[in-house]
Amino acid sequence: MQAQLATIVQQLINGITLGSMYALVALGYTLVYGILLMINFAHSEMFMVGAYVGLFTLTGLTNPHLVGGLAAFFKGSGFGLVILFALVFVVAMIAVGCLGMLVERFAYRPLRNAPRLAPLISAIGVSIFLQNAVLLWVNTMALPFPQVFPVKEITIYGSAQVSTLQIFILVTVIILLTALDTFVARTRMGKAMRATSQDREAAGLMGIDINRVITFTFFIGPALGAVAGIFNGMYYGVVLWNMGFIPGIKSFTAAVLGGIGNLRGAILGGFLLGIVESLASGFLSTGYKDVVAFIVLILVLIFRPGGLLGESVVEKV
Amino acid sequence: MSDTQATVNAPGTGSASAAGDVVLHVGDIHTFYGAIEALKGISLDVHKGEIVTLIGANGAGKSTTLKTISGLLHPRTGDISFMGEVISGMKVHDVTAKGVIQVPEGRRIFPRMTVEENLQMGAFLRTSDPAGVTESLEQVFDLFPRLKERRWQKGGTLSGGEQQMLATGRGFMAAPTLLMLDEPSMGLAPVVVEAIFETIEKMNEQGITILLVEQNAAMALQIADRGYVLETGSVALQGTGKELLVNERVRKAYLGES
Repeated sequence: MQAQLATIVQQLINGITLGSMYALVALGYTLVYGILLMINFAHSEMFMVGAYVGLFTLTGLTNPHLVGGLAAFFKGSGFGLVILFALVFVVAMIAVGCLGMLVERFAYRPLRNAPRLAPLISAIGVSIFLQNAVLLWVNTMALPFPQVFPVKEITIYGSAQVSTLQIFILVTVIILLTALDTFVARTRMGKAMRATSQDREAAGLMGIDINRVITFTFFIGPALGAVAGIFNGMYYGVVLWNMGFIPGIKSFTAAVLGGIGNLRGAILGGFLLGIVESLASGFLSTGYKDVVAFIVLILVLIFRPGGLLGESVVEKV
Repeated sequence: MSDTQATVNAPGTGSASAAGDVVLHVGDIHTFYGAIEALKGISLDVHKGEIVTLIGANGAGKSTTLKTISGLLHPRTGDISFMGEVISGMKVHDVTAKGVIQVPEGRRIFPRMTVEENLQMGAFLRTSDPAGVTESLEQVFDLFPRLKERRWQKGGTLSGGEQQMLATGRGFMAAPTLLMLDEPSMGLAPVVVEAIFETIEKMNEQGITILLVEQNAAMALQIADRGYVLETGSVALQGTGKELLVNERVRKAYLGES
């Protein structure tokens, strides 16, 4: 009994860690869908590129040949580590955010008034392009993600443990999610985003520059995806050109599960999917985790087609 | 060029131009939906302080005219100027920034925002004037006490009449120079329609110039200084509100009299 409880606790911890990454990526899908009613299939590549940019920034900043004495400072103290990670995340977020804006400008905006299938196909094209660009220009092999700070395991219940890395991931994600929620609720740009997602034409009549809102959305979503990509690299210890594919599909599932277009839904869906998956792999077998995850999705879609927090009735005049 | 345009000019149109400066000038605009010519050369003027109405049947081009003025659509030929400045070809948010505010057909309020948030969205561009925004908010609540009661309710939960009040109030929040209302009476009970029209007159008394699109021609002409009758994308008739109210053709076609 106690062993089983410990397994539950352990899988919950793993699930929450996994779910926090899904939630970050799911937000990118849901933000874009809310505003453009488009599924950005290239979003999984933002996750992947983010992991690479994070890795290169990290190895660059800790290489004494490049930054001299700074490397020792970064690795030497707790304070140095905080600065180092802050830099890694900020650089990756800005770089991938800019990539997202470029993709929107050149691959989606020209198709804004085209049939809805056209930007979808364009997004798949962007996805293939980015994967192959990394494959050709960077490396075909998986690159190891260095462990920068020593990860400690803390025993909390029976055999169940939580690692300092898991705590780090969860705390960072909670900070980011709270920041995003506050941003969307309070700031001018956040309000413009909400208005645009509820009625694009009416938002324009309020004086909101729709293109600016869309550009900004394509910055924020990929920037959050980049953070998830770095975490994924740190958590599993490798980055690879096709590492975005499966988490991308899972996160998209999470967004649909929570109600696509709904920010809190994406967060809920992400955590829920992560937890369900982990419990399934803990109690059934790792092979069943995807099966269980998608069964949950199918059940939700049958009984709540709009997702858990989605609008049950479409509000159109 | 366009033969329908020259049809009838109601007598006495000259008297209206005495109303003052031209706020809005629309000169022979042609607007297309794909290959379909929805506006076949519409010309009209709105003077400072006036209530001008566009009436006509479904599909006559009334809404298209408003959307072309507000920049949601762009005319293929012709020009639109506001306070002497050309605005045709400008993007919708730039036209809004000039003070030309459209209250769209079908309300189009933000359903998942509260009543107050909706009203605040109307004042989106008034960033440098927070005191003025607060004052406008109080004015809207004076005009529509119902909105004050429902202040924290989501827009999507309001009744049709309340949503129209909200959409109108939201337009007012922008501190418009020219307020364009598209079918504010659509689908509403007569009592509510009267309340909305009273508010339009009150806003006009406060110095807001009004361009009103209506199918309810009788109500619109009663409060309008001048009116234009649109038929299949052209101006068929124009005159003062009173003239059009007694015009035989208008009475037969739009006021339901035989």
